[in-house]
Amino acid sequence: MTPLTGYLLVAALLFSIGLAGALTRRNAILVLIGIELMLNAANLNLIAFWRYGPHPEALTGMMFAIFSIAVAAAEAAVGLGLVIQIHRHAKTTDLDQMNRMKG
Amino acid sequence: MQEAISSIPQLAVSPIAEILWLIPAVPIVAAGLSALLKQSGRNTSATLAIGSLSFSLLLSLVAFAHVFSDWTAGIATHEIVNFTWMQFGASNVDLGWVLDPLSAIMLVMVSFVGLLIFIYSTGYMKHDENFTRFFCFMSLFAGAMLGVVIANSLLLLFMCWEIVGLTSYLLIGFWYQKPSAAAAAKKAFLTTRIGDVFFLLGIVWLFAQTGTLLFYNNGAGSIESASLSVLLTQPAALGLTAAGAIGLLIFAGAAGKSGQFPLHVWLPDAMEGPTPVSALIHAATMVAAGVFLIARVYPLMAAGALVGGTTMALTVVTWVGAFTAVFAALIAVAQNDIKRILAYSTVSQLGYMMAGLGMGGVAVGIFHLITHAFFKALLFLGAGSVIHGCHEEQNIRRMGGLKSDMPLTFLTYAIGMLALCGFPLLFSGFWSKDGILEAAQHWSMAKAPFYMLVFGALLTAFYMTRQMVYVFGGHWRGGKPAQESPAVMIVPLGILAFFAMALGFIGTPAWPWFSAILDGNAANLDLNALIEPGLLTLMAISTVMVFLGIGWAWWFYGDRSPKPTVPDALEKAAPIAWSWLSHKFYVDEFYGVTVIAFYGWWSRVSDWLDRWIWGGVVAGVAWAFSLGARLNRFLDNNIVDGGFDKGCEELTVGGGLLSRMQTGRVQTYLRILALAVVVLAAILIWSYKT
Amino acid sequence: MSIVFYLLAALTVAGGLAAVLLKNTVHCALALTVAFAGLALLFLNLDAQFAGFAQILVYIGAVAILVVFAILLTRGSETPKDGVFSRSWLAGLAIAAAVFAVLGWALLQSARVLPHETAVPTVTVQQIGVALVGRYVLPLEIVGMLLTAALIGAVIVAMHEKVEHEKEGSK
Repeated sequence: MTPLTGYLLVAALLFSIGLAGALTRRNAILVLIGIELMLNAANLNLIAFWRYGPHPEALTGMMFAIFSIAVAAAEAAVGLGLVIQIHRHAKTTDLDQMNRMKG
Repeated sequence: MQEAISSIPQLAVSPIAEILWLIPAVPIVAAGLSALLKQSGRNTSATLAIGSLSFSLLLSLVAFAHVFSDWTAGIATHEIVNFTWMQFGASNVDLGWVLDPLSAIMLVMVSFVGLLIFIYSTGYMKHDENFTRFFCFMSLFAGAMLGVVIANSLLLLFMCWEIVGLTSYLLIGFWYQKPSAAAAAKKAFLTTRIGDVFFLLGIVWLFAQTGTLLFYNNGAGSIESASLSVLLTQPAALGLTAAGAIGLLIFAGAAGKSGQFPLHVWLPDAMEGPTPVSALIHAATMVAAGVFLIARVYPLMAAGALVGGTTMALTVVTWVGAFTAVFAALIAVAQNDIKRILAYSTVSQLGYMMAGLGMGGVAVGIFHLITHAFFKALLFLGAGSVIHGCHEEQNIRRMGGLKSDMPLTFLTYAIGMLALCGFPLLFSGFWSKDGILEAAQHWSMAKAPFYMLVFGALLTAFYMTRQMVYVFGGHWRGGKPAQESPAVMIVPLGILAFFAMALGFIGTPAWPWFSAILDGNAANLDLNALIEPGLLTLMAISTVMVFLGIGWAWWFYGDRSPKPTVPDALEKAAPIAWSWLSHKFYVDEFYGVTVIAFYGWWSRVSDWLDRWIWGGVVAGVAWAFSLGARLNRFLDNNIVDGGFDKGCEELTVGGGLLSRMQTGRVQTYLRILALAVVVLAAILIWSYKT
Repeated sequence: MSIVFYLLAALTVAGGLAAVLLKNTVHCALALTVAFAGLALLFLNLDAQFAGFAQILVYIGAVAILVVFAILLTRGSETPKDGVFSRSWLAGLAIAAAVFAVLGWALLQSARVLPHETAVPTVTVQQIGVALVGRYVLPLEIVGMLLTAALIGAVIVAMHEKVEHEKEGSK
């Protein structure tokens, strides 16, 4: 197993863990935590490929990862703000109970 | 009526023969016009009827004069006018009329007697409200009867025969509100119908064998020698030739119409009709039509006879006639209704005529027919006068003493009675009956008919005397006193009485004018023929019989006037015989048990068949249809509708299921997204792999 | 594959697992921080020093704090009686496992074509700066706008909550 494969596996594992958390936890914030983990896994993926792929001097992977970090931060801020707003309204962050949009 | 004269060869005919068809046509037209009148048109209908029949009488007399003049010139008149009525394919149906001595004599008799009866009826039916209908039917009858007489085609004869039967039915049931009259009319029609079925079979067979139904057609007619030789070579059942078999079938029809045993049962019941009807139809003319028919087809009946012998057909005719003569005379002895006695007497005399035809030929039978027409009509009209005078009483036990109350009726009635009995020399019945007895005496087959007919003469005298004594003798036993009838009824009686006496003289052996004109021979007055020994013996025998009969009846009944409740003198003397006779030998009851009962059973069977089998089939088809409809409805409701409904239900359920996917929960959507990613990635990788 | 890698990988994964499995939400947030740290170290191991430090600064310094704040602000109903996991947690776990299976399968399938050891790249901050304002100037500006928008949005959301809070309080 090459180092790249190792990193990619770790990234995949982290991604799946983050996804599992996003899909199974009741608390809305923990869903966001899961999403953060997923984004981080993607970042790891990018950096790994930058390090072990062709033309690392082009900095493509690095740039992508940096931008991803920035966007993830912005998204986290807005998302958590929304969660707080929902909490104000529904007095709870339990996602199982938020089914007002039921069809 | 297509005058296809070119297809049928015609000899030159006299003018009267050309217009002979008017004789029946005019009364029929008068009947048609009468049918359009309202009940109030009494005078018009009577005028039409009497006027048309007078015209027919005039023409008949002209025809007879022509025949007579031909005879004196030594020619046997035999003029024929034929025409084609229908054509189908290669064969024709021809009709036509014939003028010969037989037709001429019958024409005169029918129209003359008919006219007298019409005049009588204007008085008799004066108080009846259906006067107009009466004369309409009587005219129709007269026309049809005249048609029967002149017909040269068996088909035309049959058609007029049926019209005669129809008018008989209509007139017997003239007072149709009476259930007995309606029943009697039905009985008459049905009984004659049975005879007519056989008659029709005979007609069809004759047509099949000879190809024509014309009697005479210049040698090609069905009873002319060419056809007869064809018929004689065809064998039929029971050793008969086709000629004999057809003859017997035609005789069956005649037996029905003329009331021979066993089809006689309708004639006494036919007395339910008005008395003029009984006089005209059931005494003088219609019942004589059967005898006339046998006379008309005599060549057929007599075909194939060995020299000096006779044919099977004529033998049957003779035996049936002789039997009927005695049978009916016996029944007449024990009847109490004035018209019933005369009815059975008619049946008996018709038997005489048939026997005369069978044994002695056309002249013998027809002579008795002519004389009988006059004196029987006279007797019936006299009876009508008696009934009218006794205020519609018909039971002779409740009459009496009318000799003084109704003298003119008595006088004319007595003349008729003596003529019927065959009182010697002065009365026509004597000469005509003697002609029959003479033929019977010389009949080659057996002597029994002679003895039967002699016995019948004895009985005739007996029952007529009995009737006279009850009606005119003794004292009045009824209710209101009787009164004489008006002149319009008496005058015809007188005229008929004259002829009842005078007609005898044209048929005596001394001057056999009647048979001569019929056979086409010359006739000379020869008084020596009277004193021939055989003839004298015969005349003596019949005279003895007449006096014996009258004396015997006088001894029983005399001038006594027993009350209606007291049993009859003969009944006291021979109660068992009386019971058989007064119940008419139980023939009607026998028919009721056998034929009618069978018919009732058969109609019940047919009804059962109809209801259960045919009706069942129909019901089954209907049930099958309704089953089909039910199946259709079931299919429609459950499968079509149900299927449709189920489909919609499934859609709804499916929609429900689908909507359950919209949980409104974010994590559900996320899961589905992730799942979709998995699936897509897998597909992608798989496709890259290959 | 050096031992450092395994250790760091184990740390990160442990942190991630703890982040999704722990009952106490604050513990989850702290575990998340550990995971971030592990990732930063992994970046450093990959010779992406700038990315690693950016990770520390942004994620641990800002996002983790944000998460903690959010948790603290939404502590109304703690530890729901039905448990912290959703009713159908098995379905979610299964799907996540499926995702991992697919990713792993793809990885292992294509392991042959992936390159091996390469030379260590030397990346200076100056190079990154030059790239940022040179080649990637457009994404830079857009990200700048995005961050501004996010900032303003969050502020608006936070501010409105104040007004409504007063409204709801007065009822």
